[in-house]
Amino acid sequence: MDFETIIGLEVHAQMLTDTKIFCGCSTKFGAAPNSHTCPVCLGMPGVLPVLNKKVVEYAMKMALATNCVINKSCEFARKNYFYPDLPKGYQISQYAYPLAEHGYVLLETNGEQRKIGITRIHMEEDAGKLLHDEHNPVSYVDLNRTGVPLIEIVSEPDMRSPEEAADYLKRLHEILVYLEICDGNMEEGSFRCDANVSIRPRGQKEYGTRTELKNMNSFRNVQRALEYEIKRQQYLVENGETVVQETRLWDDAQGVTSSMRSKEEAHDYRYFPDPDLVPIMIDDAWVKKINEELPELPPAKRERFIKDYQIPAYDVGVLTADKALALYYEEVVKLCNKPKVASNWLMGDVMRFLNEDKRSIRECPIKPESLADMIKLIEEGAISGKMAKEVVEDMYKTGKSPQEIIKEKGLVQITDEGELVKAITSIIEANQAQVVEYRGGKEKVFGFFVGQVMKATKGKANPQLVNELLKKMLAG
Amino acid sequence: MELNQLTIHELQEKIKNNSVTATQITESVFSRIDAVEERVHSYIRLMKEDALAAAAKADVDIKKGNIKPLTGIPIALKDIVCTKGITTTCGSRILHNFVPPYNSTVVEKLRSAGAIFIGKANMDEFAMGSSTETSYFGPTRNPWDLERIPGGSSGGSAAAVAADECIASIGSDTGGSIRQPAALCGIVGMKPTYGRVSRFGLIAFASSLDQIGPFTKDVEDCAIMMNIIAGYDPKESTSVNAEVPDYRQFIGRDIKSWKIGIPKEYFIEGVDPEVNAAIKKAIRVIEQSGGQCVEISLPHTQYCVATYYIIAPAEASSNLARYDGVKYGFRAADVRELLEMYKITRMQGFGSEVKRRIMIGTYALSAGYYDAYYKKASQVRALIKHDFDEAFKPCDVILTPTTPTPAFKIGEKTDDPLQMYLSDVFTISTNLAGIPGISVPCGFTSRGLPIGVQFLAGHFEEGKLIQIASAYEKNAKIEKRRPTL
Amino acid sequence: MKISSREVEYVAHLARLEVTEKETEKFTAQLNDILLYIDKLNELDTKGVEPMNHAISVTNAFREDKMLDSIGTENSLTNAPDARGEFFRVPKVID
Ligand SMILES: [Zn+2]
Repeated sequence: MDFETIIGLEVHAQMLTDTKIFCGCSTKFGAAPNSHTCPVCLGMPGVLPVLNKKVVEYAMKMALATNCVINKSCEFARKNYFYPDLPKGYQISQYAYPLAEHGYVLLETNGEQRKIGITRIHMEEDAGKLLHDEHNPVSYVDLNRTGVPLIEIVSEPDMRSPEEAADYLKRLHEILVYLEICDGNMEEGSFRCDANVSIRPRGQKEYGTRTELKNMNSFRNVQRALEYEIKRQQYLVENGETVVQETRLWDDAQGVTSSMRSKEEAHDYRYFPDPDLVPIMIDDAWVKKINEELPELPPAKRERFIKDYQIPAYDVGVLTADKALALYYEEVVKLCNKPKVASNWLMGDVMRFLNEDKRSIRECPIKPESLADMIKLIEEGAISGKMAKEVVEDMYKTGKSPQEIIKEKGLVQITDEGELVKAITSIIEANQAQVVEYRGGKEKVFGFFVGQVMKATKGKANPQLVNELLKKMLAG
Repeated sequence: MELNQLTIHELQEKIKNNSVTATQITESVFSRIDAVEERVHSYIRLMKEDALAAAAKADVDIKKGNIKPLTGIPIALKDIVCTKGITTTCGSRILHNFVPPYNSTVVEKLRSAGAIFIGKANMDEFAMGSSTETSYFGPTRNPWDLERIPGGSSGGSAAAVAADECIASIGSDTGGSIRQPAALCGIVGMKPTYGRVSRFGLIAFASSLDQIGPFTKDVEDCAIMMNIIAGYDPKESTSVNAEVPDYRQFIGRDIKSWKIGIPKEYFIEGVDPEVNAAIKKAIRVIEQSGGQCVEISLPHTQYCVATYYIIAPAEASSNLARYDGVKYGFRAADVRELLEMYKITRMQGFGSEVKRRIMIGTYALSAGYYDAYYKKASQVRALIKHDFDEAFKPCDVILTPTTPTPAFKIGEKTDDPLQMYLSDVFTISTNLAGIPGISVPCGFTSRGLPIGVQFLAGHFEEGKLIQIASAYEKNAKIEKRRPTL
Repeated sequence: MKISSREVEYVAHLARLEVTEKETEKFTAQLNDILLYIDKLNELDTKGVEPMNHAISVTNAFREDKMLDSIGTENSLTNAPDARGEFFRVPKVID
């Protein structure tokens, strides 16, 4: 049977604020357990939440960047359930009136554009962390993460393959990081994803029964989990069995999804408007202000790079994948005005060094000015491309400017004709046999002479000039 | 007169002219407590040592001439407001050992005004009740008749003032929990506008209805207390950033040409004839004072109790979910797994009235019932609010009985929750609409039980309430009696 | 009957309250009384009435993204019925 896959994603992104959504505790990852806590986030009696304005503004940025309509009025609601990582016994979230709705992002696969709808974006607080004791029937609760601000981005069931789902995720991730509202760190849980997936015979209108997948903490795992789950569902249907609506956990090590087997208790969250928080009214002026603060987003940046720098689409893709890299690149080009050369150096040597050390461009010891200077030195003929390879490595290792390195190493090219003529003359004299060969038409020998000149000048001779002079002088 | 029988403003005079010390006042309060507390049981916890130390410090300040509005004045706090380092139980077993690491805003404000805290007053568990019988720590008795309830839920705060076991006190009012016990104990009690007094540190019952207010021996003291506790608090999102007037300026002003609305729906069957007569008398006093009383209609009055008993329990069911035995308070012993821990802890930690309301509220919010109950009630709430908006167009204030009956006997209504709920019939609408209300003594029944008259005003018009209450207090000349304990 | 004893048991479970059979019986009777009384509200036509969730009309109450002191691990745990090391300890979830 030919099946069609239907995928919808729910993404939770941690907002990059200094403090929690409803109290002044730090959001920093990795602190001592239960140290980033106060009466408010511990859910102590009588304390009250006050909303961090930055969370609203960050969420608005994401809404605008994903073409959502920001609601003029929205409110927080309580989602009631008991769990030890939820100190109030309810999570403050948004329900009937979310911040934004009806958005989309565009994906481009093989030159073909696909629109993935975004149902809604809402704000909520994160829960704490539960650690299970391996030897005793107890768990330990750490409430540092409780109240850390999140936005939830819910997509329409618009994706038709695991690759498309992964593409969509990468696009959201890219936008969040570009907006500088989320650090995008999947290992620390700043960017998390749950998936709803179902299959149906191609051509059928109704959706099949869907399952919800959790616990996929990398792009690759999202794709793998979806691939596995689709195969599982197909197997069930083809063998006359039914897909059960349930939540399934992805097991990275085993490469399978398995049912959470939670008690057969239908979730009854008893949502109602939180009486402790007041409605949020967002007028046009506020939206306009946030819109003006939006940085250039990846699609626009890509278009501009192609137009302004005339570099290949591949280069554009690599350079704009990371906002900091794009910024670095633009700075280099601004200073040296050699877009393609700059892209080659950046994507070649510099990124290789960074990848080897698992560093980001932000941690790159080479300053954009230094790279631009080096490119200028090559263009001016002050150093050769070969010398530059050595120079750039030293620049990376030491953080010094190319001028400093060239000076220290005495790497200046010999461009003095007189000096070179002198050297070539003595080489011709010492190698008469080869001269005869060359003059007899054996042009390969030319390379031998170049080598000799370079050897004599310790590689400092300007290769172009050497070529020119050799040709002239060997011709006799 | 003993010092503990005086009002704040009387004591302030004496402190200012150096005729008494804070220590003398505090000691006099504690000697009264020693004499009557065993019978009345106003307090869950007394803070004698701290209070005497604070009094000694106040005396140093007084000597230096550093006298603040409440310097040397012994105040009782309902055990629903969090006090840093001092056990705060909310009348419940589930918080019997909870020591807050923070102060409620109201406690901070009173402390900076120089108040001396005497103790934490008894209350219905989580403020759910109208009689102070649901306290885990046992009932409080009405100082006017120890067989009877003092009202609730702030019964301890009211009884402490009535029995002169403090000079003034703090209570909280979600459906009448200040005004009803004030009426039944023969003192003054005000529920301010929602958002006027900070709720930060007030243990939540129903967040959209709860409001802190004072119990005092007269209207002027009420104004003094309001001056201190009212005001915007950035720690509360529903706090209103509006200017607070000096409420004392409204004392002694006349009410000539004021229009006073008398809602016909509040004069119904079931109102005790003696209460009815006392209110009729109060209306005449108001008219004699220059006020013009007119009959008005608050057409949705009969729906207030039903509306309240959806909204308050729904909010409460969520507010009380945090009492789960994990972070603080009581946890059941010998529980082996999580679900069992939750269920047994909450079964043993909460009393039956609290459980009943959690059940109603959970049900009203549960899947399939939200629209029929919670949403419906929220819509009716809008209609009730609208009734008041209309009524206050022509009227300055509204006058009603505070309660349908005087204090009832202990145990009389404990088995019939609905009858208990109906005793709040005249006070509930105020909380639903968010408006301020005050209860002022207006006489006694033939058995010597106090009766209260209630005045209501529009949002943030506490000044008008002080003005009419003070005018009424002056002109009614209610006989000054003290309970004979 | 507005609410059956089975529904009462379900609601008690949602609210994480252990109830005895006797309590279930009592709650069922009392909740029925109360819910019947609340039925009064259905006399009113509320179509198109905006639900009132707040007693006052405050909107946009915000705080700035400014760090305030946390109370620290020790103070966070002092009230805990069962604290171990730097954690709150709870019995394990059993499916
Ligand atoms: Zn906090």
